[in-house]
Formats: sequence, structure tokens, C-alpha cells
Amino acid sequence: MTLNDFIYFIIIPILSVSVLLIVYRFVKGPSIVDRVIALDLIITTGIGFIGAYSIFTNRPSFLDVAMILALIAFLGTVAFSYYIQKRNK
Amino acid sequence: MTDILVAAFSLLGAIFILLAAIGLIRMPDAYLRISVTTKAATLGIGLLLLAAAIHFQDFSITTRVMAIILFILLTAPVSGHLIGRTSYFSGVKLWKDSVMDDLENKYHKASQELKSENIKQAEDVSEHIDKDPDSKND
Repeated sequence: MTLNDFIYFIIIPILSVSVLLIVYRFVKGPSIVDRVIALDLIITTGIGFIGAYSIFTNRPSFLDVAMILALIAFLGTVAFSYYIQKRNK
Repeated sequence: MTDILVAAFSLLGAIFILLAAIGLIRMPDAYLRISVTTKAATLGIGLLLLAAAIHFQDFSITTRVMAIILFILLTAPVSGHLIGRTSYFSGVKLWKDSVMDDLENKYHKASQELKSENIKQAEDVSEHIDKDPDSKND
């Protein structure tokens, strides 16, 4: 089993299943805070996807996208928490 | 040898991300879910990116991966703290079996004030003095 097969048949399915589980929480989540947490975790899992995919395709330029996604995840969470707190005033 | 290391690290990272996803479903409370996402997911992402760094074995890519891991390690606790603070202030209930709540009676919801002494009790006493004593049993 080559490394590409390992990534393609084991790593990416595991990540896909975890994204599906997180989407279940995103849809169901009782409060808006749960949805924000689930969105943050989806983006974090996306960074993992990009890491695995850059190994799979042997193209390291994808890692730049991972850095931008990490930035967006942090900014999104901060903005959501700021506006949820403002909304309750 | 490199392929085995890459496979081991990426498998560990994927398993940690899967555990974070399962924890997000199974945990009974928003605060416990926050604790899952900030710990397990950070470790999983770090291991996956480390696998990429080992696979390429290039100085510029290793620097990039280290920058991403450092950024995630710095921002995950900050965003977890912010969203936990917001969820407490917006009135998300704790799990019924939670042992302690340090902020109990220390946050006034109407004025959004947070104090180190119990503000709720002092207000309750003044309210009871204003009303007639029978309303105390409510």
C-alpha cells in the first residue's frame, strides 16, 4: 500500500466522516453558540483536509490556503462572539 | 521510512479530529463542547500538518507549517475563551451535573456588569425589603 493509497482510502474518509458528524451538530445545535463552535471546527477540519490533500497531490502550495483558513476561522469566531454579546444588550 | 512516519502522524491526526467530532456530538453542554474543539482538534491539525512537513522535507514548507501550527496554538485558546464568555453572558445553561459555577450570582444580566462579589444577593435583599414580606416565599 503506497502512501497515496493510505491517504486516499483511510485519512480522507476519516476526515469526511468527522465533517459529517460536525455538520449534524451544526444543524441540530440547540443554541447559536453551538453553531459557532461547529463552524469553527469545520474550518479547522478543512485545514486538516488541505494538509492531507497537499501530501496526496504532492503540491505544497495548498498550505498557503491552510494559513488563510486558520486566520479566517479565528476572525470569524471573534466576530461572532462580539456580535452575539452585543445582540443581548 | 519517511512514508511510515508520514502515515503514522497523519493517521494519529485524523483520529484526533474524529474524536473531536464525536465529542462535539456526545458532550451534553456548550462549554464541554468548547473544551473538546480547542484541545483535540488543535492536536489533530498539528499532527496532520507535521506529517505534511515530514513528507516534503523542504525548509520553506517546514517554516510555513510551523507558522500555521503556532498560529493555531495561539488563537484556539483565545477564541475558545471568547465564545465561552459570550455563551455564559447570553444565558446558555450549564449541564445539570456540572459541579461548580464560579460566576454564579456575579453577573448582572440587565446591566451586563461582572463583579467579584455577589451582586445578585444584595439586590434580592433590597427587593424583599421594598415588597411585603409574603413575597419572599415565591
